[in-house]
Amino acid sequence: MIKLENVSKAYSAGIPALNDVSLYIEPGEFVFVVGDSGSGKSTLIKLLLKELEPTSGSITIHKQRLGNIRHRDVPKFRRNLGVVFQDFRLLKDRNVYENVAFAQRVVGTPVKTIRRKVPAVLSMVGLAAKYKSYPKEISGGEQQRVAIARALVNEPKILLADEPTGNLDAHNAWEIMKLLEEINQRGTTVLVVTHNQEIVKAMKKRVITMKKGVIVGDERAGDDNED
Amino acid sequence: MRISTFFYTLKQGAKNIWKNKMFSLASIATMSACIFLFGIFYSVVVNFQNVVKEVESGVAVTVFFKDGATQDQIDEIGVQISKRVEVSDKVFVSAEEAWSEFQKVYFEGSEEMAEGFADDNPLVNSSHYEVYMNDISMQESLVTYLESLDGVKEVKSSDVAANTLTDFNRLIGYVSAGIILILLCVAVFLISNTVTIGIAVRREEIAIMKLIGATDYFVRAPFIVEGILIGIIGSALPLTVLFFMYRKIIFYVGEKFRWLSGMLEFLPVDKVFSTLVPVALILGVGIGFLGSRLTIRKHLKV
Repeated sequence: MIKLENVSKAYSAGIPALNDVSLYIEPGEFVFVVGDSGSGKSTLIKLLLKELEPTSGSITIHKQRLGNIRHRDVPKFRRNLGVVFQDFRLLKDRNVYENVAFAQRVVGTPVKTIRRKVPAVLSMVGLAAKYKSYPKEISGGEQQRVAIARALVNEPKILLADEPTGNLDAHNAWEIMKLLEEINQRGTTVLVVTHNQEIVKAMKKRVITMKKGVIVGDERAGDDNED
Repeated sequence: MRISTFFYTLKQGAKNIWKNKMFSLASIATMSACIFLFGIFYSVVVNFQNVVKEVESGVAVTVFFKDGATQDQIDEIGVQISKRVEVSDKVFVSAEEAWSEFQKVYFEGSEEMAEGFADDNPLVNSSHYEVYMNDISMQESLVTYLESLDGVKEVKSSDVAANTLTDFNRLIGYVSAGIILILLCVAVFLISNTVTIGIAVRREEIAIMKLIGATDYFVRAPFIVEGILIGIIGSALPLTVLFFMYRKIIFYVGEKFRWLSGMLEFLPVDKVFSTLVPVALILGVGIGFLGSRLTIRKHLKV
C-alpha cells in the first residue's frame, strides 16, 4: 500500500515540484503516472524511495510512515522496493549474472541463495542464456530486462519504474511492459512513470496524470473519464 | 557480518585498487616514499641514540666520603646508591686504587717521581664511588640525593656533559617527531586523494547500491579496505628494500671504514627491524585507514 497525504515538495524558492498531493495505491495494483516534464513525476519517485524528504505532508508505504524512518534504517526500508530507471543503470564492468547478484550481495544474501535465485529471475525475464554477457554486448531492451531482474531478485513488494521504456524502440517497450504486467500478476505492486501515451492506453491500467506538481487526473482501469 | 560479505568487501577493495591503477600506484609510491624516509630516519636515529647512550654510559658521578668514614658507612652509602632506579652501575675505588691509577696517568715514564711518596699515599682520603646512570638527564636529582647521604663529603659531576647530552637527546626527539608528523600528513593527504578519485569513479555504482538498499557500512567498507591495502603494500615494499639496504650499509661501512668501528657501532639488523617492521606496518595501515575514513566522511554522503 502506498499512501500520500497532502504531500508538497519545494526544492528552493519558486514553484513547488509537488503541491498538496494525496494518493492511495492498493497492494497489487498496476499504476501509470503520466505527465509532461516538470510535472513532478520524478520527484514523486524520489519521495517514495526516501531520496528526498517532503516539505509537508506524509507518505506511508506498507504501514511505515517514511518520516519516522531513521537514516540508518533507510537501507532496510528500500529493500522492500525495486527500482528500474530509463537509463538502466547497470554496472558496465560486470556481466548480466553479476549485475543481478549484486543486488543480493548488497543486502547480505548467502551465496547459496544467490546461486539459486539469480538464474531463476534471469529465466523469468528471458535472459537465462545471456548471463555471461556484459551490458554493452546486449540490446537496450535486454539491458532493461537485466535492470528489472535486479529490481526483482530481492522480491520487493513494490516495483517503481521511472520511464522504463524511454530509451527503447516500440517493440522492446511493449515487451518490457508485458514483463511488468506479468510481474504485477504475481502480486507485486507496480508503479510506472512514463509519458508514452500509446502504451498507457493499450495497457488499460489505472492512470494518474500530473501537471505542475498537482494530480489533475486519476483514471481507474476501465474508466473512460478523468476524476 | 556474513563471511561472504566480508570476503566480498575485501575483493571489492582490491578491485578498486586495480580499477584506479594509476592513482593507486601513485598512492603506493608516495606511501612507500614516506615509509622509506621514515625507515631511513628511524635507522639513523636509533643508531645515533645508541652512540649517545654509549657516551652517556661513560659519564659518571663521583662520590667522595667524609674524612674518617668507616667501611661500614661507605658500604651503607653503596647500598643506598644501588637502590636508585637511575643508577645502572657503581664502582668502588679505594684510596690505593685511586693513587695507582693517578700514577699510571701522570707519572708514566717517570715513575721515579712517584717514588718520593713511598708509602705515603697522597690520595689517602680519595676513596670514592663512581656512579653510572641509565638516564643522564636525571643526574641533577641523583647528585642532590647523594649529597644528602650521611657520610658523603662531596659529589663531583660534569653538568656540561650531562646538559649537552640531554639537550641533544631532546633535539633528536623533536626533530624526529616533526619529520614523522610531516610524513604522516603527506601520506594521509595522498591516500585521501586516491580514495576521492575512487569515489568519483564509482559514483554511479554507489548510487545504485544505495537505491537497492545497501547499508552505509556496505558502501563504505571497500574504500576503507582499499586504503588499508595501499597502506600495507606501501609499507611492505620500502621495508623490504630497507632491510637489504641496511645490511649492505653495515657490511660496507664495516669493511671500508674500519677506523670508525671504535666510535660507531651499528645496531644489528634484527634489533632495528624488530621495532621498525611493526611500527611501519601500523603506520601504513593507520595512514591508509585514516586517509580513507576522512575522505569517505567528507565525500561519501550515504
